[in-house]
Amino acid sequence: MIWKIFLFLLLAFVSIAGIAFPIVEKPSAWYEFPFIPGLEENAKIIFFHVPTAWLTVIAFLLSTIFSFRYLRNKNLDEDAKAHSAAQLGMVFCILATVTGAVWAKFAWGQFWSWDPRQTSIFAILLIYGALFALRSSIESEDKRATLSAVYSLIAFVTVPFFIFVMPRIMKGLHPGSADDTNAGPVIDFKMNSNMQLIFFLSLIGFTILFFWMWRVGYRSIIIKDKINKQLTSPLAG
Amino acid sequence: MIGESYALFKKDFHSELRTRYAINSLAMFIIVAISVILFSIGNETITESLTAGLFWVVIFFTAMSGLARAFVSEEERGTTLTLQLIASPTTVFSGKLIFNLILVFCMNLVIALLYSALFEKFVVQNFPLFLLTFILGNIGLAVASTIIAAIIAKAGAKGTLYPVLSFPILLPLILTSVQLTLFSFDGTSFEEAQFELAIVVGYDIIMLTASYMLFDFIWKD
Repeated sequence: MIWKIFLFLLLAFVSIAGIAFPIVEKPSAWYEFPFIPGLEENAKIIFFHVPTAWLTVIAFLLSTIFSFRYLRNKNLDEDAKAHSAAQLGMVFCILATVTGAVWAKFAWGQFWSWDPRQTSIFAILLIYGALFALRSSIESEDKRATLSAVYSLIAFVTVPFFIFVMPRIMKGLHPGSADDTNAGPVIDFKMNSNMQLIFFLSLIGFTILFFWMWRVGYRSIIIKDKINKQLTSPLAG
Repeated sequence: MIGESYALFKKDFHSELRTRYAINSLAMFIIVAISVILFSIGNETITESLTAGLFWVVIFFTAMSGLARAFVSEEERGTTLTLQLIASPTTVFSGKLIFNLILVFCMNLVIALLYSALFEKFVVQNFPLFLLTFILGNIGLAVASTIIAAIIAKAGAKGTLYPVLSFPILLPLILTSVQLTLFSFDGTSFEEAQFELAIVVGYDIIMLTASYMLFDFIWKD
């Protein structure tokens, strides 16, 4: 219970600080953010966009790991964990896409421009969508778990292509792209210490929130399966 | 094992020759798709990059319409169990892969010939590069579509699901192949295109390995 209150306070602080703290030319008070050329007032969305994108990747990774473990030991609990991670991944993927598109509108002029990372997140969105389409088409539990595990592993081996290869083929707009000359990672040297602090607090807060939601998600799936089995088995009652 | 895979391929080949289902439907699909594109272009002259893109669009959708048959036909005829008894999963996958490879090569050859006849910007300057792209792209396409076809067959042969599942997997291959096709139109040398070629080779090898490793789980249930 105590850590739920802690998480609530942490996320409340991050949300209020991220939105309300002013951006000034020369920050002097502890609550003032520095003015970063090129980002300007848009800089504040970094506290919400980066954590969602980060959790999309974490969810994808978790889903793959538990899919692999399901194929190893055929335990349906592992499948519940993989499925729950994929569900949350989809939610965070949509959030990252939307916050990214809003940011892109104000920073680069249009909502969507097929930057390598926009392409990658679009591909991840498609993979999640395909995974749910596949799951909903299969009745048998074991078969559904096996086939979706195999599919998520096949999808996972294409990820290196998106991370390492796409930036070379397409022109990038994100910091750290191949043809990016002026920025580099924004986090290291353009943020001042209080901005960094809130950024990392936000990252930690959202990560804890994710793992909490994931635990609730997979436990509810496991319990639902158990009840279903009790109701349908001929020995029940 | 190679002999067994070849026997399996021969079985598919003969049953295909008897019904000519895949050949007929693929040929008609190619004609329909290309004529739709030609009608929508009308009298406009399209650019080289658009031609390269449309070339791979037709290849992708033709593959999606025809390649799912490999495993779905076994499920429809109820011969899956027999195959599971007489052959190892690796053999089955190899046999189906050979069949799909030949199908992909035939259909893409037809598409390439039709494109060079019908599109005025489809002029290949660097022919060896185009040939290499064509071969590597076809191998990747055949491998990825065969493993997805196996998943689809076990999922109850849902026709619409096939392109949905295949597209994210094929996306890196298609994007790179479009780029390489464009290079061959521009007459780019091998040295400048070697990074893209390395991507396609890497994709083919990774997909082939992953497919062989994961096919056991799909096949045995």
